[in-house]
Amino acid sequence: MTQMVKAEGVHKSFGAAHILKGIDLEVAPREVFCLIGPSGSGKSTFLRCINHLEKINAGRLSVDGELVGYRQKGDKLYELKDSEVARKRRDIGMVFQRFNLFPHMTAVENIMEAPIQVRGEAKAVARARAERLLDRVGLSDKAGSYPSQLSGGQQQRVAIARALAMEPKLMLFDEPTSALDPELVGDVLDVMRDLAQDGMTMIVVTHEMGFAREVGDALVFMDDGVVVESGHPRDVLTNPQHDRTKSFLSKVL
Amino acid sequence: MTVDIDKSDDPKEGPRDASSTAPESIKAIPVRHYGRYVSAVVAIGVLVALVYAFAQGDVNWGAIPDYFFDGQILTGVKNTVIITVLAMLLGVVLGIILAVMRLSKNPVTSAIAWFYIWFFRGTPVYVQLLVWFNLGIVFEYINLGPVYKDEWSSFMTPFLCALLGLGLNEAAYMAEICRAGLQAVDEGQTEAAHALGMSHAKTLRRIVVPQAMRVIVPPTGNEVINMLKTSSLAVAVQYTELLRATQNVAQTSGATVEMLFLAAVWYMILTSVLSVGQYYLERHYARGSSRSLPMTPFQRVRVNLLSLGRPKGGMA
Repeated sequence: MTQMVKAEGVHKSFGAAHILKGIDLEVAPREVFCLIGPSGSGKSTFLRCINHLEKINAGRLSVDGELVGYRQKGDKLYELKDSEVARKRRDIGMVFQRFNLFPHMTAVENIMEAPIQVRGEAKAVARARAERLLDRVGLSDKAGSYPSQLSGGQQQRVAIARALAMEPKLMLFDEPTSALDPELVGDVLDVMRDLAQDGMTMIVVTHEMGFAREVGDALVFMDDGVVVESGHPRDVLTNPQHDRTKSFLSKVL
Repeated sequence: MTVDIDKSDDPKEGPRDASSTAPESIKAIPVRHYGRYVSAVVAIGVLVALVYAFAQGDVNWGAIPDYFFDGQILTGVKNTVIITVLAMLLGVVLGIILAVMRLSKNPVTSAIAWFYIWFFRGTPVYVQLLVWFNLGIVFEYINLGPVYKDEWSSFMTPFLCALLGLGLNEAAYMAEICRAGLQAVDEGQTEAAHALGMSHAKTLRRIVVPQAMRVIVPPTGNEVINMLKTSSLAVAVQYTELLRATQNVAQTSGATVEMLFLAAVWYMILTSVLSVGQYYLERHYARGSSRSLPMTPFQRVRVNLLSLGRPKGGMA
C-alpha cells in the first residue's frame, strides 16, 4: 500500500537558519496524524513543505507516491512548472492558523471560488456543494456573511469547508485552533472529529493534546527540527520515553 | 476644584433598579472657551475685509455669468475633461504594468520600471511637456517603417503633446500607488489561494487585486483631481483646454481677471463632481472590510429627516 505522505531525510533552511534537520515519517491513508512540539520546532514548516508552499533543500518528500515539486526521470530530478505544482495542490486541502479567508467574498463565495476558478465548475453546482458543506460545519445560516462578520471559530469552520470543496485526499491543519478564544475551540474540533470519522487523511499540527489522544491514530513529537519520539498518541502522551518529550508534556498537559 | 452638579432627582426615591431606568446624565456648567470667541471674531473680520477689498476692486463681476456658457469656454471645458480622462487612462494602464514589472522576479524588467519611475518623477511635468513640444527641433520626420511616416510637426499635435506629457508622467506616480496596494494585501491571502490550486495569474486577478483596490482607489481619486488641475499646464503646448480658452476670451473681451475667476469656478465644479464619484467608488471596494458600510449622503439625509420628530438622544 502506498503511504499518503512519505518523508525521508527532509531538510529545510531559511538562509542560515536550519529549520528541518532530516525528517523521516510516514502517514498512512485514512490516518489522523498529529504533530506536536514547542514553537520553532519546525512542525508548521514541515506541513507547508507537503503542499510545496516551501521548497525542501534535501531529502525526499512524496504525496500519494508522487514526489512533491519534482519529477524523476531516470536518476535526474526535474523541477515542476508552476501549473503542475498548482494541479497537485488541488488534492491537498490546507487550513491555516489565521484562517486566511478572502475578506472581499461572503462565506459561500469563499467556498465556491476554487471549484469555479480552478476546476471550471458550473456556478450552480459549486453553490449547491458550498451550501451542503456550510451545513456540514453547522453554518448554513451564515452563507451570505462576510468573514469580518463571523467569529474566529465560525471563520475557521468556513475555511475548513473551503478546503473540503476541492474534495482533497489529504487535509493539512496548521494549528487550526491556536488563534481562537477557548470557548470557540470545541466547535472547530467537532468538525475535525467528524471529518476523521469519515476517513479523511489528516495531518494536524496542534497543541490540543485532548484532541490528539482521542482522535489521533499516530503522533510525532518534534523538537529543534528533528522527530524526537513517535507512536500511538495514547502511548506517547501517557508514557513518554525521551526527556525532552517528558518536559514538554509536563508543561502543556 | 469643584464642579456644580445639578441634582434634581428626589432623594426620598431611594435606590432604583438600574435595569429598568436609565442613569441620570450629568448636568454641569460647561467650561467657557473664551479663546474660541476671539479667534472666531478675528477670522470673520479678516474674511469681511477680503470680501470688501474685492468688492472695491475694479472687477466686472457681470462678465463671469455672461461668458460662463460661452461656446469657446465650453469647448475648453470639454477638452479639459477629455485630456484628463485620457491622460489618466494612459497613466493607470501604464502604471499597473510598471507596478507588476517592479514586483516581478525578473531583475531586468524590475530595473527598467525603477528607472522609468526615477526619471519621470525626477523631472517637473512642465519641463516634460515642453520637451515633447520641442522634440520637432531634433526630429524632422517620424518614421515607423512601413506603418507610418510623416513630418514631426504634423504628427506631434498639441493634443498628443499634452497626452504624452501628462500621461507618461502620471504613470510613474500610479505605478507607486499600485505597488503599495499590491504589497498591502496579506501574504496569507496568496498562500491560501495557492493552497487551493489557483495559478499565479488567477490569484492576482481574483484575490489580490480586488483587495488592493481598497488601498489604490483613494490616492487614485486624488490623482484624478490633481490631473484635472495639472492639465492647465497644457497651455504650454498650445492645447486649447479650459485655461487657454478663458485666456482667448480674455484677449477679445479684455476681462482678464474675470476670466481667470471663471476658470477657477469651472475647475471647482469639475473637482467637486469627481469627489462625489470617488466617494461611491471607495464604498464599492470597501465590501467586506468593515462590519457596516458608512451611509451615503443620500441615506444620511433620509435618516435625519425621519428622526426629526424624535427627541434628542433618542437612541435607546
